[in-house]
Amino acid sequence: MNPAETPSGAGLTPAKLYGLLAEFETSEQMVEAARRAKEKGYTYLDCYSPYPVGEAADALGFPKSEMGTVMFLGGLTGAVSGFLMQYWANAYGYSLNIGSRPYFSWPSFVPVTFEMMVLTAALTGLFGLIAICGLPCYYHPLFHSERFARATRDRFFLCIEASDPRFDPVATREFLQSLQPLSVEEVPE
Amino acid sequence: MTVATTVELDHRKRPPAGSGLPLEPEMHPLVQRPHTLVSVGEALGDVVFKPHPRGWWLGFLAGFALLQMLLVAIAWLFYMGVGIWGINVPVAWGFAIVNFVWWIGIGHAGTLISAILLLMHQKWRTSINRFSEAMTIFAVMCAGMFPLLHMGRPWFFYWLYPFPNVAGVYPQFRSPLTWDVFAVTTYFTVSLVFWYIGLIPDLASLRDSAPKRIQRIIYGILALGWRGSAIHWRRYEKVYLLLAGLSTPLVLSVHTVVSFDFAVSIVPLWHATIFPPFFVAGAIFSGFAMVVALAIPVRRWYHLEDFITDHHLDLCGKVMLATGMLVCYGYFSEVWMAWYGHSLYEWGTTIERLFGPYGWSYWCLIFCNLVVPQILWSRRARRSDFWLMVVSIFVLIGMWFERYVIVITLSREYIPAAWGRYAPTVWDYATMLGSLGLFLTLFFLFVRYLPMISMAEMRELLPKRQGGGGGHSIMENAP
Repeated sequence: MNPAETPSGAGLTPAKLYGLLAEFETSEQMVEAARRAKEKGYTYLDCYSPYPVGEAADALGFPKSEMGTVMFLGGLTGAVSGFLMQYWANAYGYSLNIGSRPYFSWPSFVPVTFEMMVLTAALTGLFGLIAICGLPCYYHPLFHSERFARATRDRFFLCIEASDPRFDPVATREFLQSLQPLSVEEVPE
Repeated sequence: MTVATTVELDHRKRPPAGSGLPLEPEMHPLVQRPHTLVSVGEALGDVVFKPHPRGWWLGFLAGFALLQMLLVAIAWLFYMGVGIWGINVPVAWGFAIVNFVWWIGIGHAGTLISAILLLMHQKWRTSINRFSEAMTIFAVMCAGMFPLLHMGRPWFFYWLYPFPNVAGVYPQFRSPLTWDVFAVTTYFTVSLVFWYIGLIPDLASLRDSAPKRIQRIIYGILALGWRGSAIHWRRYEKVYLLLAGLSTPLVLSVHTVVSFDFAVSIVPLWHATIFPPFFVAGAIFSGFAMVVALAIPVRRWYHLEDFITDHHLDLCGKVMLATGMLVCYGYFSEVWMAWYGHSLYEWGTTIERLFGPYGWSYWCLIFCNLVVPQILWSRRARRSDFWLMVVSIFVLIGMWFERYVIVITLSREYIPAAWGRYAPTVWDYATMLGSLGLFLTLFFLFVRYLPMISMAEMRELLPKRQGGGGGHSIMENAP
């Protein structure tokens, strides 16, 4: 029997369960569900939507992203190392005397320093985003769910994970059903 | 059945505006018909899965044919050396630098649309940002090719970068040409990062709706396992916003550095402080012309009039008009400063530029960039495919001539003993048209395999009662 069709919490045992996935028609319903679940004391949960829903992240208690700090540090590293590289190369390593101009002419190092700052900040942004989000992640329990494919199209999902200390296959299912979702589904590990 | 009637039928199938799902007033110009989350995916994503319209083959094959010409030209160049080009001692750069500056300028509109307009809360950018970013990447590729080919020994291109080598030789960081290397490679990399990050959610969407297994695998690999988690979205939006913030000064810096290639020299009419802003404005001018020239046929072939509406083209026309006027101010300023500055050489070179042996190219430029774009004052012209296309093509030609005029200044500068002439050869033309082929080939392959309008952002832009987020609100969503 397909776990999705299981009528009650009699399906998979918690050990084999990744979580319970509730499907909603609108983003407002999903945000409301996340808020209610948070009030209930659930901590291991996440929302899934085809476009960014800022309120969902707020409701999940994730108000501020760490990416700003990551990119700032990346950019700073790039700017400092870019400047030092030019200083070292042109004032020490391979100093070219052109019309007796100073070797350490910092104004002419500004463009490359700036470009290095932007380059490293952007690259730390990309790789930082991928790493912090745990991507690439080609195996994820949620991909077992047939319905979950609509999370990138037109449906909104809330998943309460089985690893949550308050998780209970029956009670959590009842709670999710009380939010009037389109469906509640067990996601195997 | 003609294309026009198919469009009619297509539109009739959908609920007419006013019945069923009413449009929110502010959405009228941005998304023409009452789309839903699913119909956005069908209209934009399924373009990739359906057989292609005749227009696509037309564009692709034209580009592919020109690309072959480029390959022949490059092969001959590698065999014979840069002597096959018309470059000589007073004009040592010729077409290579003209094409380099022209192409890199074209790229600028993409970044302007995706970064600056995002920071300015211009929601109309959403329909055109994806393909103009792709345009940026391909244009920068075409641009980067020219300095490499012009080097004479392009296989030593890595000497431009500081790397620990046996000879202990490092680039000269006080030279604008070295800045150029850093500016262009950074610009290319950051544009690619920006474009790819924006693509991830759409790739996931394609993965989930692809009919064939091989498509699911390929899009799945590229989507990195994206699943639209709220926490991932928040990080994504923050990175996207910060990348926009970084790209904004970057795009201005790139053409500024390109202008330094000229302005840091002491050639009369090059050594001018107007150059950086003048170059940036010109870049945006020609870039928008290219966006419009691509958007008009593509939206017709793919029936995307709902997303790229006349309103969008109208706004592009206004940007072109504004940047065109900035560029014309630059032309005026050059002549004025030469006259008012009482510099014999500046004024002499100005007269040469206007009435000398290459005077025709100056008047060509004035006609294309100053006279023709005045049509855009008319709202009717801005909303007409035909007139907008005509103006765009003139602007593209005019902006090419602008760089030609600047480069050709070298043929007559300080002393008559150093004067010379420059004439491009057939290989110059072959490389130039060939680079257009490379651009068109890449662009049409992009249209074939990736969603050319951001689905995730378009879904977010839909009004709330149509299932959307009621506006693309990255600034508010990414604390």
